Amino acid sequence: MSEKEFGQKWDRCLADCAVKFGTGLGLGIVFSVVFFKRRTWPIVFGTGLGLGMAYSNCQNDLRSRYVLHSKVAKEQ
Amino acid sequence: MEGRDLAGEKFRKFPHTNAANPCLLRCFYQCVCGKVKAHPLQLCRRYSTAGDSGSTAGKIVAASLLTVGGGLGGTILYAKWDPKFRANVEKSVPYSDQLFEMALGPPPPPLVTLQKKPGKIEPLQISSLSEASKESKQPKAKAKKSDPAPVEAPAAVEEAPAPTPQTLKEASAEAAHIISAIGEVPSVPAPGTSDESPPGHTAADEECKDHHEPVLKERPAEEVTARLAQQDKAEQDALAALTAGLEESLGSTAKTTLQAIGAQEAALTAIAAHTNKLKEAMDSQTPPDEKSSQWKALNEALSERTRAMEEAEEALLKAKGELENLSGVINSSKQSKINTARPQILAAEENLHSMIVDLDKVVTKVQTAQTEAKIVSQYSELVNEAKAQFQQELANITPEIQANWKRLSGKLSADDLNSLIAHAHRRIDQLNRELAEQRVREQIHIEVALEQQKLEDQKALERAVVSALEHSREDMRLEQEKKAQEVREVMEAEMRTQLRRQAAAHTDHLRDVLKVQEQELREEAQEILNSKMMEQETHYRRLTQEQLDTFTLDMNAAYARLKGIEEAIDSHVIAEEEARKAHQLWLSVEALNYTLKSAGADFPTEPLEGAVGVIKENCAGNEFAQALATAIPEESLSRGIYSEASLRARFFDIRRLARRVALIDETRNSLYQYFLSYLQSVLLFEREQVAPPAKLAPEDLDTFKLLAYANYSIERGDLELAAKFVNQLRGESQRVAQDWLKEARLTLETKQVISLLSAYANAVGLGTTQAP
Repeated sequence: MSEKEFGQKWDRCLADCAVKFGTGLGLGIVFSVVFFKRRTWPIVFGTGLGLGMAYSNCQNDLRSRYVLHSKVAKEQ
Repeated sequence: MEGRDLAGEKFRKFPHTNAANPCLLRCFYQCVCGKVKAHPLQLCRRYSTAGDSGSTAGKIVAASLLTVGGGLGGTILYAKWDPKFRANVEKSVPYSDQLFEMALGPPPPPLVTLQKKPGKIEPLQISSLSEASKESKQPKAKAKKSDPAPVEAPAAVEEAPAPTPQTLKEASAEAAHIISAIGEVPSVPAPGTSDESPPGHTAADEECKDHHEPVLKERPAEEVTARLAQQDKAEQDALAALTAGLEESLGSTAKTTLQAIGAQEAALTAIAAHTNKLKEAMDSQTPPDEKSSQWKALNEALSERTRAMEEAEEALLKAKGELENLSGVINSSKQSKINTARPQILAAEENLHSMIVDLDKVVTKVQTAQTEAKIVSQYSELVNEAKAQFQQELANITPEIQANWKRLSGKLSADDLNSLIAHAHRRIDQLNRELAEQRVREQIHIEVALEQQKLEDQKALERAVVSALEHSREDMRLEQEKKAQEVREVMEAEMRTQLRRQAAAHTDHLRDVLKVQEQELREEAQEILNSKMMEQETHYRRLTQEQLDTFTLDMNAAYARLKGIEEAIDSHVIAEEEARKAHQLWLSVEALNYTLKSAGADFPTEPLEGAVGVIKENCAGNEFAQALATAIPEESLSRGIYSEASLRARFFDIRRLARRVALIDETRNSLYQYFLSYLQSVLLFEREQVAPPAKLAPEDLDTFKLLAYANYSIERGDLELAAKFVNQLRGESQRVAQDWLKEARLTLETKQVISLLSAYANAVGLGTTQAP
């Protein structure tokens, strides 16, 4: 069902967001712990990166219908 | 100041204002005082204009009243003059008829156009003309009546012995008609003549009848012969009667005449005898005793004579009467005009004549005898007279002896004798003297006597001449008659021959004409026969044809009926077949309908394949049903369809979702837009259900509105309309509602097809299943 699709997308989106957020956070923490002397900026950066990616993914996912695909026709 | 100027203006404008108007006065004072303000002036103005307006209102009212009254009066007057206008006004204005009735009285009755006087004049004229023609006919008829008399003879002459069945009188009438018509006014109309001619005819006929003697009509041969025979017989009878009468009368007349003649002759002889006896007695030579016997005989003779005379007279009278009878009979027989009796009549006439002649002769004889006897009697009278005188003288002389004169000789005295002788001598002398005188006068006497005798003779002669003349005339007449009779007979014979000749010619002519006529008539009859035969034939043919036609018609009708019955039966069979099929179809459709009901809340119905397959089987020959069955979408066949309720339930979700993504479309589809649209959906307050308008305007194509309309429709069960509205969604909302729309479409399609099928099945069932 097309209505469910939207919900599914949102589910995916949220799940992706959560994942990316957690991943970003973790990586940030890791990076901040490992490489950047427990500064907060890599956490934030990582989270932000994660959220951003999630946002972008979500957006792309939601936009996917409207994106035009083109192919380069092979010359024969 | 302003107020003052205004006041002045006011005065200039309305010089005739009512000074008694208090407000105006106040205004004036105020104006003069100059303490006036605009407001009270305005009031004043208002008042003054009110006052002025009162007068102007009055004027206006008066003027309007005048106009209205004038209009009414004019209308009434004109309506009085023109009723049509009144009628119009009464028609158009509601209560004007009452007003008019009040003012003018009831409306005049509608004028009826005077119709032309019916054309009675013309028939009257015609009738008068006919009457005039009739009148003109009357004198014509009258003239015709007078004309036939003189026209008879020429008409009789004119008529040729033509074999036309016209009678003589008709021909004469026609001639009279023509002659009178030529003489009459020619203005008499033609058709009248034919009508009038028969009455004129009959009038002329009657006249002709009056003038004609027994009419010579031409009749058929047998009738003619019969008539002729009858006529002959009649003639014969008449003749016989006539002859008998004649003979009888002749006989009787002859008898009486003979008797008369005999009587006359007897009288004659008696007269003669008497005269002789008288003469003898006069002679007085006989002795006296014979004298008495003589006188006796004389008396006897005289009596006999008288008797004979009387007898003769009687007989003569009788004979004369008989003769007159006979002559009467002869005249009547002459008038009867029977030619064959003519000789008899002639003979009778001759007999009569001879009898008359004889009678006359005898009568003359008797008359002469009578004259002689008269003479003798005169003589005897004279003698007797003388004797008487003598006796008287003697008696005078010898009075005493006068009684005894008979016995004279012995008884007479001498004186007596002497006186007697003297007287005798004297008497003798006297007688001698008388004799001498007589002798002298003899001549004269003789002459006188002769004259007398001559006269008498002349008279007698005349009588005789007359009688002789009459007799001769009679003789001549008889001779003439005899001659005429002979000539007549000759002529009759000749006429008979001529007539015979004419009759022969006539018969020849008749024969010819009859031949010709026979020919003509035969041809005519033949023609008529032929035509009649043709008629009969055609009639017969027509009848037979008609019979054939009717028979053919009946046969055709029967055949057609038979065919009709067969067809009806076949169609009935077909119809029953159809009915059965329709039943089956209907049943299968019902089954399909039933399968629709098997849809649950969230799951679709059973696949409709089976039911549709059954339908397809059942209506294998029905194209419409087949088409419909194939028109059912595949999805419904394979998967089934959702029920309306489930779709409705689903719609709420759709609606919610669509509202949330209302702002998203191709251009705006970032997350931020998503957020905004979500915010919009949360913050937008609207009615959930809005009745959709009849026509969608462009501003109605807003998502929310559309969803509201669709919600309204679906709540009222109109899935189709809801689907239509949902179809108008654009962008993400559309994509979200896509599946729902698809399902809705599917359901709607299938439902439509099924409803069509069921309607069709119902219709077919209704059409085919008719009560047996």
